[in-house]
Amino acid sequence: MGLTLRSVGRRAAADSGFEGAAFRTAALAGNPNVGKSTVFNGLTGLHQHTGNWSGKTVLSAAGTYQYGGRTYRLVDIPGAYSLRAGSAEEEAARDAIALGGADLVITVCDAGALERNLNLTLQILEVTPNVIVAVNLLDEAEKRGIRVDLEALSRRLGVPVVGMAARRGRGLEDLRRAVADFTPREYAYTVKYGETIERELNGLELRLENLLDGRINPRFAALKLLEGDGGLLAAVKASLGLDLAEHPEIKPLLEASLSRLEASGLDRAGLRDELIAGIYRSAGSICRECVSGGQTYDQRQLRLDRLLTRPLTGIPVMLCLMALIFFITLKGANAPSDWLYALFEKLGDAMSRGLLALGAPGWLHDALILGVWRVLSYVVSVMLPPMAIFFPMFTLLEDLGYLPRVAFDLDSSFRRSGACGKQCLTMAMGLGCNAAGVVGCRIIDSRRERLIATVTNSLMPCNGRFPILISLITIFMVGAGGLLRSALAAGVLTLFIVAGVAATLLLSRFLSRTLLKGDASSPTLELPPFRAPKVGEVLVRSLLDRTLFVLGRAAAVAAPAGLLIWLTANVYIGGQSVLSLVTGFLDPVGCFLGMDGVILTAFLLGLPANETVIPIIIMAYSASGAFSGGAGTAALRELLTANGWTLTTAICTCLFTVMHWPCTTTLLTVKKETGSLKWTVLSALLPAALGAAVCALIAALSHLFCA
Amino acid sequence: MDLTLDSLPEGGAGIVSRVRWGGELRARLMDLGFTPGARVECLFSAPSGDPRAYLIRGSVIALRSSDAGGIQLN
Repeated sequence: MGLTLRSVGRRAAADSGFEGAAFRTAALAGNPNVGKSTVFNGLTGLHQHTGNWSGKTVLSAAGTYQYGGRTYRLVDIPGAYSLRAGSAEEEAARDAIALGGADLVITVCDAGALERNLNLTLQILEVTPNVIVAVNLLDEAEKRGIRVDLEALSRRLGVPVVGMAARRGRGLEDLRRAVADFTPREYAYTVKYGETIERELNGLELRLENLLDGRINPRFAALKLLEGDGGLLAAVKASLGLDLAEHPEIKPLLEASLSRLEASGLDRAGLRDELIAGIYRSAGSICRECVSGGQTYDQRQLRLDRLLTRPLTGIPVMLCLMALIFFITLKGANAPSDWLYALFEKLGDAMSRGLLALGAPGWLHDALILGVWRVLSYVVSVMLPPMAIFFPMFTLLEDLGYLPRVAFDLDSSFRRSGACGKQCLTMAMGLGCNAAGVVGCRIIDSRRERLIATVTNSLMPCNGRFPILISLITIFMVGAGGLLRSALAAGVLTLFIVAGVAATLLLSRFLSRTLLKGDASSPTLELPPFRAPKVGEVLVRSLLDRTLFVLGRAAAVAAPAGLLIWLTANVYIGGQSVLSLVTGFLDPVGCFLGMDGVILTAFLLGLPANETVIPIIIMAYSASGAFSGGAGTAALRELLTANGWTLTTAICTCLFTVMHWPCTTTLLTVKKETGSLKWTVLSALLPAALGAAVCALIAALSHLFCA
Repeated sequence: MDLTLDSLPEGGAGIVSRVRWGGELRARLMDLGFTPGARVECLFSAPSGDPRAYLIRGSVIALRSSDAGGIQLN
């Protein structure tokens, strides 16, 4: 769920520069999902989000650490399979390594797939010989019978090699020492591409050497010129002011080289193939010398994989897991929620007495206690316990490597909707926080499919909306208490999430047939090996990083919102409160949608934070005199039924909770990510239109059958 | 021989001979290790039979059948 202080907090402000007063700056590169973020966290003590799937690091993060009395700066670069940019992350990685100006690059490799990882490492060695290779996940590889001869690898590559199992803290000290002891070098291993290509490379290299003056490796520049890597050449032009391809000294040379190559049967496409094949030939020969064992896939992994992907078990296991997580969340959160609410009420009473004793005016007392405090205490007591249970459990699944299997299982459904299975990963993030989900959409390579995932993300109810669903399901659909009822409630909640998934697919299909026409792309999804989650760390991290952060943000919005709502309920125009004027105005629309004016107003006023929807409803109803105090389940039931709520109202409100506009934070994130007002507006309007249509339909059907 | 990756049965293996796709997909597949001479094994399929997961150079990569169809095997 990519939802941490780092991914959405202030500190996440894209800090990718290499400046600063550090003794040495190292860039941390590697394939996706090789434990780069774990290494980063291990070295810096920061808490970049980790999880077992590709593409968690969507922003470059930077941090520092001390070693031997000196400060070292570490920049975490997004995961990339290659420096030939295919995705936005790979482009960022390429530019950071080629032009970022770090003193050295640490390439983190997966010991279990070293050959594939060397593809990137060898490309990085073409940029700079100042590389340390960190062979990570050695423990996992050993379990699969794979042994890596680190010394031989270091001899072969001509750079330091450090063996690591970063999740267990193994090798971190060695890596720190290697970075501290690193001496810049002139040469390291260089891939040789065969005579024809080498001849042209050497010719270009000689001329480029003077021109580039050590700012970029001339051999790398020559390779990119021959390949015709427009993106990198543009980045070079932007950063050095040097248009290599059009340079009067280079252009004729390059054209001559290209035509000679073409004459020998290598056009640009053929050349690119030959370059990749050359790198893999080198990687293969290095691995034959340095790696033994591990030719087959682990049989236990395979059995588990097949269980999770078979037609008869794949989807049912997924639904059961989801329902189980909800069940544990619901069951576990009940008592602490009541307890917290009681505590807040006591504190509120004390504050109330204190305020009155101080002689505070009545309006101030009411605004603070009935407005700010009551909304705040509702939000905290209703949100905190479920989150504190849900987040860690979800993180465990994420750590295990289950999420990519879900994306794999559901890919065909998304393909039929013109989208891609990776959208599931962004939806999973959305369950935590839609703003994080929208940022996460960067893992989708195709722009069209990324926009689809962005616009539909709010159809996954975030943690701020869970409490609405849970309360209404408990009150109107299954009743409170008992193991069976909790299980039933979890089942119903799962159904609403499934409705959200169905809505996502429907809206995705609509978009890919209308505004975002185009064919489904060709996603390549890596399925990482399952890893035993580190339970202790997951608990601590998800509590501190996610739960408290999300709660803090919700509370920061809830407090002023509480004041604002209290004001609208207590400022009168012509004998009617502003709130009741608005709710009265919206009542016909609300009723048409199976709800009422109050509920619709609550959703509108809840735009800054959905957590405040229920408190607004309570305040609006109680302003009309029906509220007997307290917001426990029983009191809430009494209040809602007294105001005309039926099962239909509850169902429509739940569905509208799942399908309406996202909160302002999410909308701002959409604006930032897409850079387009149109898509920002559409991400609010389209889900809301869909929700309104569904609610209107249910309301009409209910009138038809229940009247 | 015109055997393509998508026709490989579950549990079957082969050697990549050629990637028929061009452009970005070609570069991506080759970067993932689908280069001529590489051994590839079909491990398991999604519930609908598509996509399928392939073991290539030590890692597991899921490809849609339509995309796997452009990878020829010996």
